[in-house]
Amino acid sequence: MPDLPSQGCALVTGASRGIGAATAKALAADGWAVGVGYRSGEDEAQAVVSEIESDGGTAMAVQADITDPEAPDALFGALERAYGRPVLCLVNNAGVADDDLTPSLSDEAWQTVIDTDLTAAFRLTRRALRPMMRARSGRIVNVASVVGLRANPGQPNYAAAKAGLIALTRNAAVEVARRGITINAVAPGWIDTEMTHGVDQALLERVPARRAGTAEEVAACVRFLTSDQAGYVTGAVLSVDGGLAA
Amino acid sequence: MSVTTEQVESRVIETLASFGPDQSQITRSATFEELDIDSLDLVELAQVVEEEYGVVLKGEDMKDLKTVGDAVDLIVERAG
Repeated sequence: MPDLPSQGCALVTGASRGIGAATAKALAADGWAVGVGYRSGEDEAQAVVSEIESDGGTAMAVQADITDPEAPDALFGALERAYGRPVLCLVNNAGVADDDLTPSLSDEAWQTVIDTDLTAAFRLTRRALRPMMRARSGRIVNVASVVGLRANPGQPNYAAAKAGLIALTRNAAVEVARRGITINAVAPGWIDTEMTHGVDQALLERVPARRAGTAEEVAACVRFLTSDQAGYVTGAVLSVDGGLAA
Repeated sequence: MSVTTEQVESRVIETLASFGPDQSQITRSATFEELDIDSLDLVELAQVVEEEYGVVLKGEDMKDLKTVGDAVDLIVERAG
């Protein structure tokens, strides 16, 4: 399997902080030129780029609201022009949550989470498959969640989106497997990032490992799945959750 | 953009050959089924056609195409 990072570049959405930022750094360490996607955290995204560059890597911040149907072309176009090669690695990491119990969840809270966490990932995947099919190689990793696999009261929208993302992962994976493209998901559990700062610490007691995971631990899994060595892994869901979904 | 049937035919045959079949088997009358060309291959062919000739082939267009000649004729018709 030829060296993917030399043939293409990578895009990580939601990479200004948390799992996305850690993933961007991990991919850059593997030699990928990385698009650090962000919506509004420009300073944070630039900080990630600076950190990658000071470690000898290549990166650029790329802004978009991924719920905009034009966003995929804009993001991919920017990276293709900047690096002179196609995006052959896509990490659909950007995600939002807007929690409430099912009987009181609003239409808006439902739709916002579906749009960002599922529909945007579909559109970005659709756009990514175009150059990947032509190149006969590619890597897509979707950042799902333990909540897409196991019930978690108060997150029906997030759970539905993440479960949908897992189904999309499997379906698309088998469609394009013979083109040398792998599509996988990671399903993080409780990870110590901004997204989980409001979480009741008592919930951590249910985690067999008795601790939250780190963004770097999730990024290491994404890094493996995007590597040349993982070419026979596709349609898989890798839980990174200290045993929570087991 | 006007294209000749010969140009389109040559490009279609070249593209189909990249999906696996022996180029010598790819004739106007050959069916996609005979050539083991499936729907994913046709999606990729449609992308090539769109990029090079500006012709958009949707799912419903592709369903009716049975032979290489069908595809070539449709592309030439839409490009003309």
